[in-house]
Parts: sequence; structure tokens; C-alpha cells
Amino acid sequence: MTLVHIQGLDVGYARHRTISPAVTGLDLTVAQGEVVAIVGESGSGKTTTANALIGLLPANGRITAGSAVVDGVETAGAKERVLRGLRGSVVGLIPQDPMVGLNPTQRVGAQVAEAVRLRGGSHTEALAFLEEAGVPDPEMRARQYPHELSGGLRQRVLIAIALAGKPKLIIADEPTSALDVTVQKRILDHLEGLVRGQGIALLIITHDLAVAADRADRIAVMRDGRKVEEGNPGQILHFPAEPYTRRLVEAATPAIPRPTPASPAVPRSTPASPAGPRAEPLSRFEPASPAVPRLEAEQPAAPSPEPAAHAELGSPAAPLSGPAAPDVPGPATVSRPTSDPAPASPAFPQAKAVPPGSPTPPPDLSSFAGGAATVLPRPPREDVGDPSLNGAAILAYPQGKTETSPTPVLALNEVSKIFPVSDPRRGRRGFNALDKVTFEVPRGRTHALVGESGCGKTTTLRIALGLESATSGSVRLDGHEIAGLSWNRMRPLRRKAQLVHQDPFATLDPKFSVRQSIVEPLVSFRVGDRRSREARARELLDQVALPVSYLDRRPRELSGGQRQRVAIARALALQPDLIMLDEPVSALDVLVQEQILQLLAELQRELGLSYLFVSHDLAVVARISHTVSVMSDGRIVEQGRVADVFTNPSSPRTRELVEAIPGRRANAA
Amino acid sequence: MTATLLEAPLVEAAPAPSGGRLTSVLVRRPLFLVALLYVAFIVVSAFWPSLFTSYGPIDTDPGAVTLPPSLDHFFGTDIYGRDLWSRVLHGSALTIQATLIALGIAVVAGLTLGIVAGFFGSYTDSILMRFVDVLLAIPGLLLALSIVTALGYGTVPVAVAVGVGIVPGFARTTRAEVLRVKTLPYVEAARAGGASWTRVLLRHILPNSWGPVAVLAVLDAGVAIIAIASLSFLGFGAAPPAAEWGTLIADGRNYLITSWWLSLLPGLFVALLVLSLNHISKTLQELTR
Amino acid sequence: MTRYVLGRVGQAVAVLWAAYTLTFAILYLLPSDPMELQLAAAGVQTDSLTAAQVDAIKQQFGLDQSIWAQYWHHLTGLLQGDFGTSLTQQVPVGDLLAQRIGPTLQLSVSAAVVSLVLGSALAYLATFVSLPWLRTLLSRLPALGASFPQFFVALFLIQFFSFQLGWFPATGTTGFSSLVMPVLTISVLASAVLAQVLIKSFDETLAQPYITTARAKGLSRSAVHLRHAFRNAALPAMTILGVIVGLTVTSSIVTETVFTREGVGKLAQEAVLAQDVPVVLAVVTVAAAMFVLVNLVVDLLYPLLDPRITHVRVSTEGAAL
Repeated sequence: MTLVHIQGLDVGYARHRTISPAVTGLDLTVAQGEVVAIVGESGSGKTTTANALIGLLPANGRITAGSAVVDGVETAGAKERVLRGLRGSVVGLIPQDPMVGLNPTQRVGAQVAEAVRLRGGSHTEALAFLEEAGVPDPEMRARQYPHELSGGLRQRVLIAIALAGKPKLIIADEPTSALDVTVQKRILDHLEGLVRGQGIALLIITHDLAVAADRADRIAVMRDGRKVEEGNPGQILHFPAEPYTRRLVEAATPAIPRPTPASPAVPRSTPASPAGPRAEPLSRFEPASPAVPRLEAEQPAAPSPEPAAHAELGSPAAPLSGPAAPDVPGPATVSRPTSDPAPASPAFPQAKAVPPGSPTPPPDLSSFAGGAATVLPRPPREDVGDPSLNGAAILAYPQGKTETSPTPVLALNEVSKIFPVSDPRRGRRGFNALDKVTFEVPRGRTHALVGESGCGKTTTLRIALGLESATSGSVRLDGHEIAGLSWNRMRPLRRKAQLVHQDPFATLDPKFSVRQSIVEPLVSFRVGDRRSREARARELLDQVALPVSYLDRRPRELSGGQRQRVAIARALALQPDLIMLDEPVSALDVLVQEQILQLLAELQRELGLSYLFVSHDLAVVARISHTVSVMSDGRIVEQGRVADVFTNPSSPRTRELVEAIPGRRANAA
Repeated sequence: MTATLLEAPLVEAAPAPSGGRLTSVLVRRPLFLVALLYVAFIVVSAFWPSLFTSYGPIDTDPGAVTLPPSLDHFFGTDIYGRDLWSRVLHGSALTIQATLIALGIAVVAGLTLGIVAGFFGSYTDSILMRFVDVLLAIPGLLLALSIVTALGYGTVPVAVAVGVGIVPGFARTTRAEVLRVKTLPYVEAARAGGASWTRVLLRHILPNSWGPVAVLAVLDAGVAIIAIASLSFLGFGAAPPAAEWGTLIADGRNYLITSWWLSLLPGLFVALLVLSLNHISKTLQELTR
Repeated sequence: MTRYVLGRVGQAVAVLWAAYTLTFAILYLLPSDPMELQLAAAGVQTDSLTAAQVDAIKQQFGLDQSIWAQYWHHLTGLLQGDFGTSLTQQVPVGDLLAQRIGPTLQLSVSAAVVSLVLGSALAYLATFVSLPWLRTLLSRLPALGASFPQFFVALFLIQFFSFQLGWFPATGTTGFSSLVMPVLTISVLASAVLAQVLIKSFDETLAQPYITTARAKGLSRSAVHLRHAFRNAALPAMTILGVIVGLTVTSSIVTETVFTREGVGKLAQEAVLAQDVPVVLAVVTVAAAMFVLVNLVVDLLYPLLDPRITHVRVSTEGAAL
């Protein structure tokens, strides 16, 4: 039986007396007991759809056409009283961020009980729901306030609240994206078990195709307010019809093979994939030579990688510096720069990227099997495997400096950091943020620091940059000790290492034009004169594939991806050896992430840059890094080549992180 | 989060360069325009009061004593037959002067305190902010009264007293802004790019802290006008026959029962000015957010 | 908990002492010749006195001593409840205060209560009503109330309610009817200030995701507003209670002057006019003490009302999964 029946739904937001559409002509059904996922980037209208279903559109939201029938009740244009009848008892909602989803001044038990009482239930019933949602010791927890619970537990309380109304449908709006991956996995598994066990329909709203593919019976992909594709996870993952979906699949599928090939996966009705799990490590890691990963993949500058890069991004003919770079709407470009379907197969050069000798997967498969290759598309080459040639191929910087110099560009040795914490009750004490962290960043390579939030990776980066001082240990930047250097002594060394920050919306001074931002380091170091700086600014913009006309723009006139490009240009201005990337893509949409990672890879190849890449996202790390250090609680628990660490994790923490990456289940099918 | 409830239709589409923003704002917000015009009118009248009246502020006319408001005398006349409209306009000069002095003190001292405290942090910050807390512990008008007691009466002492009373709020807002901007990634990026603290302060922190501080300055202009008028109402302002707005209102108070306009019309004149300043401040806040 | 309370009390005492010292410094250090100022206040012409007389008078008021000695003298006196002697009236300032504080307390306390009720009710309504125009109207009211100078409000009320309608007396200190208009005068401003803060707080609270959670349970709008929004919105607004009380105290200066109420506010106005320094110092000290006291009470009550504060220790430990 159909529980939700959406037909031709238009929803818009009133702004300045006009209505800007958020959802257009949406058709969607959810049957009883079915698990459906709506997948899309932010702004695709997925959350608006969910809000419309439960009658919780913001004050300026309007359903302008179509109908959305939930359990036989029309919600479009319904009165508040009717909608209230639906909320809780027919449709339950699990909101996005558990950290702020609960009333901070009310005990969690009371908040569950409130939902129970609405349908005349008792307080003990509330405890039962808490238990059901997986809250241990519900009697004790019920008396606590939200701030006394961890994020995961708060999410479980929210699940209990949603269950408490005994709904027929639960809407989970990005249910766990605010949580660490390991917690995320446990909670999603639990939720899925609950709804399947009780025959409740579940509508998952997510930006993460992998999360959706792991759990949904059916996936609807939304873009710009329209549904672009719908099907079961197998179809969507393996045979995406739309180019947009294909790019999503590509961006979302983790490139990390599983440590144990035959992990027991929940059986699913997805079509069997010709390339089984065992094929994945091959196609992913084959390009990397055992000694120096990815080295032989570097290429002479002559066969420019750019056409390939852009073909993959959907605008086949665009030159790198042209205004039609994907997240750069040029003057004549409409606001949806890449919606035109690119030629399907040629647009995905992964097949070509796989070096001769490795099994070439069919094109449609490579999109999810060849993660790393998608980031670094390489035209077919004759000379693959010839190390001497390749040594010369890293053109951008002097040979001796790179290949013969044994000094790593950055080396941390037993760096510890203790933050004084003043606790009103126990006086001052030390908080051990870093404990004997040791690693190095080889020249021309990318070293990644991964770990969950609070593991100390950002502190490490700040110490390496000299923005924070280490309590003990040595930090050598290009062979010079920087630990304990004063600001002025440090200053000349600062030219060697630059920073690209996480949040694109705060990384640029809103009062500065793009030009001012880019040349600021030059001004600070008194490099060049006005004219040479201008020339350098143009050159840098060109390197990050932004049109020169953007020089006079202010940050608010740029999109997130464009801002990040400007931040990268600024970091490049002083021609540093090393760029520290602090979660540079985590605030961006998946597709823009891809473009930025691509840009970083190209810049590394062209300029011989080294990167220190800090991220919580193992999938991203696997795409861009050569070596990796896994951090947990201020320590490095494991490090080595990406291929080794992720395929064969020795530390339980690493294994947990790798295990928790979404999308594994669907892949395994 | 709310951000997702109100998610923009196209996040990655770069916003177009804006232009003609002020005009469209003024068209969409007619009240804002009216408020701006009213404030402009009073500021102009403070410098050239004779532009708007043909009567002298101290010209008595025994034949036109306590006339009610009319087209000839907008605000009526007082017991000496002086034109009240003219007296109010000429009073503008003193009050606006006092307001500017008060704001000047508040801005200079408040900004300095706030920037120094926010920028240097640690002990400097603690000491300065404790000082500001102490200033805040003395209710504003009483602090002003102490200063007036010590300095004597007149426009300038009143202005100084009111200005000092506004300093703490200013210092706090400035400090909060400096602290906020100081930790922003672009400041860190500038530092990583080798910029000195002086450069960071002048090029990044100050320009970006300025908005909320300016909004507060407009709001505080209203507060200062009320405080100055109150102090002169209480009898601490300029000596007669010069008349600030507060003095005019206080004088008219004795004739309230027979000639209500002597007090209430100048009072309304002041109230509208403060209301306009509040509205301007609020609109600016909405626009810059 | 005891440490917290003691710490807060200590802080309050320190702030009060600093405020006293600052006021003392303003009053005794700023004028070019404090003695002349004070003698003038006492009605004595300096020129007409011989050097011996000047010395005698200086001694009488303690002005022959160093500023530190005077400060010490005043401070120790204050600690023993001695506010010094009024220069103009030649009576202990403590007695003056005792005479005048009754009407002012009456006025301030009533005004504070009325402002709390009015301000909260206005904020509650302005954020609850769903009619857009009514919502706009109600949320604009506080800005209007805060824009009218108090003397104007007072004079308007006198003109309307006393002279036109004859409901309440225009002046006086006695009886309930004499209290109505002064209280109203103060409440217009104080409730406007409170409502502005509360409305902002309500708006922020209502945008919180937990409000969505509450609505998604199927609760009615009024239940959400009362049970989930009100407490969370009121808590941060509590910090301005001190400001509200401070406002009602300072407002008494203008209000009592207009309505000729014999309270501390009018005493302050008279003292400033006469440059009666000890009286001004005493009034400022008492007002600062009230402000500090209210803030102290709010600080001490806050943890009882906001679970996030009392449970600081648990949150640091319990938050780790």
C-alpha cells in the first residue's frame, strides 16, 4: 500500500515578493515499510521535500502546486490542525544535527514522554522507547539533560522520540552526518533494523549516496529541485542513467578496499557486479609502484592532462584556464554550469588511466571501482614504468632538490602539546593534546593526517605551521628547526609553507577583492612591485582555473568552490614547497570536492608541491595521498603508504575507521 | 539546522556582483528614507537654523504671548512671545554639538579600549574589561551626574559626562568584534602568509569590526540625545537664555496646564529624532547582516 | 557550590568597591579646586575669608588632609554605615537617605515588577501571534517605547491623565494614586528594553532545531511556545535583569523630579544642583550596590534554572561516548 504519494509537487520560498522555487514537479511514492532515500547536494530540494511532507516548511515556504498525500491526507495547503494530526503519530522526524535537536533545558526522558503522552501513553513506555532506540540504562539516561549525553546517544534519544508516536513513516534528515563515521554506522544499522523489524517506512534524506545505497530499497536522486533519477541501489550505483548520477556515484564511492575480502554483507537484490570485491584493490592500487606510490604516474608536461580532467568534469572542450571551469559560471554561462550531459563513456577516462597490464574494467564499473584514478586521470602513455624517464618527468622543480635530497620537506619528531585547562573545580591541569607525534612529509608527495574530530590533527597542523608552539619535540621545515622560533625568526621560513583552511566562507577577508587576497602574502613579504604582483595574481588565478575577470570580485560574489580556489591561489603566491591543507574540501559539496581535489593533484604535478593533508574523510585521503598517519587521542596509531594502511590496517582504530566508511555494503553486493 | 531548512536553491552558483543596492533599499524601505531625511534636516538646522525660520530665538513679542501652534508659529509661542519653533531649531545647535562631543569621546575611548583589550588579550584584556565592568556597575545617568557635579554645568560638561557613560558599551562591542574577527581563518591565513600583527590589525581586523560598531554608534547617538536632553531638563545644561531642548521642555513644564505645546511639542521633536536614529540603526543592522 | 557562591560574592564586593573608588576619584579629583567647590556648596565665599578661616573650614570638612587620607576616612566611614555629612544641609547623609529611600524603593520595585510583566507579555505575544501585520506591529513597539525621553512621557501622562481626565494627581509622594503615573513612566522604557532583548532571544530560540523536534512530535504551537521556547528564551535574557533594575533606579531621578516625589532620585538631582559632593557619592554608591546585588542574585540563581551550568562537571566527563 502506498503511504506517501507525491505528485507534481512544487515548493518555493518567498523572497522579496517573488517565489524562488526549491522543488519542481516532484513525483515520489513511499510504500508501507519501504526504505526510500532521497539523495542530492545541498540546495537540491531534498530537505524541502521532507519538510513539506510533515508540514514544517519555514514561514516563507509555500507549496505552489501539486499534491503530497501522506497516509490518505493531503498536506498541500492543509491547515495547521490537520498537519499536527500527522506529525508524530503518522510521520516521525529524526532531525539533522543531534547536538542541537534536543531541548537543552529539559530532561531527555521528559522529551520522549511528551511524545508518548500525546497519544495517551505512560512514562514507562517512554523508557521502553529509549531502550528500543539503543540507549543503555534508559532509567538513568532519562533523568539526564541532553548536554550530558554524547552525540550518538542524543541521536538515539531523537530516534526514540520519533518512534514514540508510533508513526507509519520516519523521515531521517541527514540523520548522522554530524557524527563520527563509526558512530554513524552503528546508529544507521540500528535504525534500519528497527524500521524493518516494525514495518515502518523510512525516508532517508542524505547528501551521501553511499549512505543511501547501503540501506535503501529505492533511491531518488534530486538536483536543483527536480528528481533526475530513481531506482534501486544496484541500478543507481552500477548503471546510472544520468551523467549527474554517475558523477555522484563516482564522488561517493570509497576507493578503499576492505581489509577482509569476504565480509558478511546483508544480502541484497542488487545485480552482481562483474568486478568482485577482490578486483577493487587491483584497480585501485595497481598504478602505485611498490616503492614510490604514484610516481610512475607522473608525466611530462607536454601531453597536458587538462582536456582529460575537464572531460571528466562534464565540459569536454573547456581549457583549464577558461571561464567555463565547472564551478565557475562564466559570464555567459547559466547557473547550472554542468547539467548538460557529457558524452557518457569518453567523459570518464578512468578506463584509460589504468596502466597497461592491470585488468581493465568495463567503463560503467570503473566509475566506482577506480577511485584514485578518477582524481588523477592520466592519458595513456608509452613510457609507463620507466623510472628514469619519470624522474625527469617531474619537471616543475629542480631534479636534485627532489630526487636526490633525502631531507623531507617537513619532519615532526616526538612533538607533544599540552594545553593548560583551567577547571573551576579541580584547578589548572594539563590536557594532553598531542603525544609524541612523529611523521614526515616527503617532497613532492602528499602526506595525510586522518582521524576523528578532536584527535589532534588540526593542532599538529598548526604546530607545523608555527601558529602554535609545541610543548616538546622538534619540527623541521625544509631542514630548519622551527620549534621555539619567535615570530620574526620564523618569518622567512613562512614562505616555504602555506595554509589552506577548511571553511571557504571564512578563509577570505570579505572586505578584500580577490586580487588583494591573492597578493597579500607578496605584500607582506615585500615581493615585487605593483606591476609584477598584478602579473603574478593573473598567473595564479590562471593556475587555479579562475578567469582573470574575477580579480575584482569580493568573496561574497564567489561560490564555495571558487573561494577555495582563491585560497589555494593565495597559498601558492609565495611559491611555497609545502601546502598544509586543513580539511580543504570538507565544507564543499561532493562534486565541488572532486574538482578541488583534481586541482590540487594537478598543481602538485605541475609545481612539485608537497601537501600535508588533514582530513577526517578516509575516502578523500585515499584519493589524494601517498602516505598517511592515522591519529587517535593525540597519538599516531599507524602510518605508512595509503595502500598498505587502508588495505591492511594493523591498528584496531584504523580498522574501525575503514570499516565505517559508508558505501561498503552496496559495493560488496 | 535552520540553514538547511532555508537552503538556497543553488549554492554553487556564484552570487552576481551587486549594484545599485542603496537605491533599491531606499525604495523598499520608505521609513528608512524618512528617518534619514529627518536626521539630515536636524543636522542642517543645527548649523543653519535660520534656513527654516524667520523668527529669532530670543526675539520677544509682547503682542503674541503663549499663542497655540499655527501656520505662523509651528510650535506656538512662549510666555515672552518668543517663537518656539525657532527656539527649538536654535537649540539643535547646542544639543547636536553635545551629542557629537559625547559620541566622539565614546568612539575614541571605547574603540581604543575595545581594540587594545581584544587584540592583546590575556592580562591586558582582563584588566581593561574589569575596568569596563566597574563603569557598567554605576548606572549611566548616575555616572554622568557625578561627572557633572565635578565639572560643573554647561553643554560641554554634560557632553563629556554622557560620553563617558557610553564608553563601556562601546568598548565591549568593539572587543567582542575584534575577538570574533581575530580568530577567523582569513586572519590566520594572513598570519601564515607572513603578515605582521600591525598589518593584520589595520587591514583585516579593523575594517571587519567596523560594521557592528558603526551600527552601535548610530544607536548610541539616540541614547546620547536622550541623556543630554535629560541632563539639561534636570537643569545642568547651558545657562539661559541659550536653550537646549531639555531646558526648553523643562521651562514649558510650568505652563503645562494652560500651554501644553511649550513642553510637548519640543518633546515630540526630540522623540522623533531618537526614533529615527533607532530605525536607521536597526535597518543598517539588518542590511549588514 | 560553596566556592562558586563565595567567589561570586567576592567578585560583587570587589566591583562595588571599585565603583565606589571610581566615583570618589571623579568627585574629588576632577574639579580644579575641590575645596572651593565644596565651600561654594556650603554657601561660603572663599574670597571673604582669612587664611585662618579657610584652614578652619578645610579642617572641618577634612579637606586639609591628603586625598588618600580623605579616601581612607570616607571608605572606613562607609563600612561603618557613615556616609558623611551633607555640605548644604549639614545633616548626616545617612539620615537623608533613610528619609528618602522609602518612596524610591516603592517606585523602583513596582516599576521593575510592572516592566517584567509587561515586557515578557509583549515579547511572548509578539513572537506567538501568527498574523503578520500584528506581529510586525508588536515587535516594533519596544523600539518606539525606548525612543521617548522619560520626561516627555511623564509630562504627556500628566497632561493627559491629570489635567485632561483628572484621574491621578500630577505630583505628590503619598498614596497609591500618586504612584501610578511614575511607575508607568518608568515601565514604558524598562519594559521596552526588556521586550527588545526577549523578542530577540525568542526569535533565536524558535529557530533552533529542537523546536522543530518538538513540533514534529505533534505538539500544538502554544505548547511548543510555552514548554520549549519560553524557558530557553528567558534564560539568556535574565542577564539583563540587573540592567532593568539599574534603569528603574536611575529613572527615578527624572521621574521623581517631574512628579515632585520626595525620593532619593530627587535628592540626587538637588544634590547635583547644589554640588553637594557627599550626597552625590552616597546616592551613586547605593545605586551601584543595588545593581551589583541584583546581578549577584541573578548569577546565583542562574545555575539553578539552567541545567547546563550546574552540571558542568558531568558534561566534561559524560560527553565522551
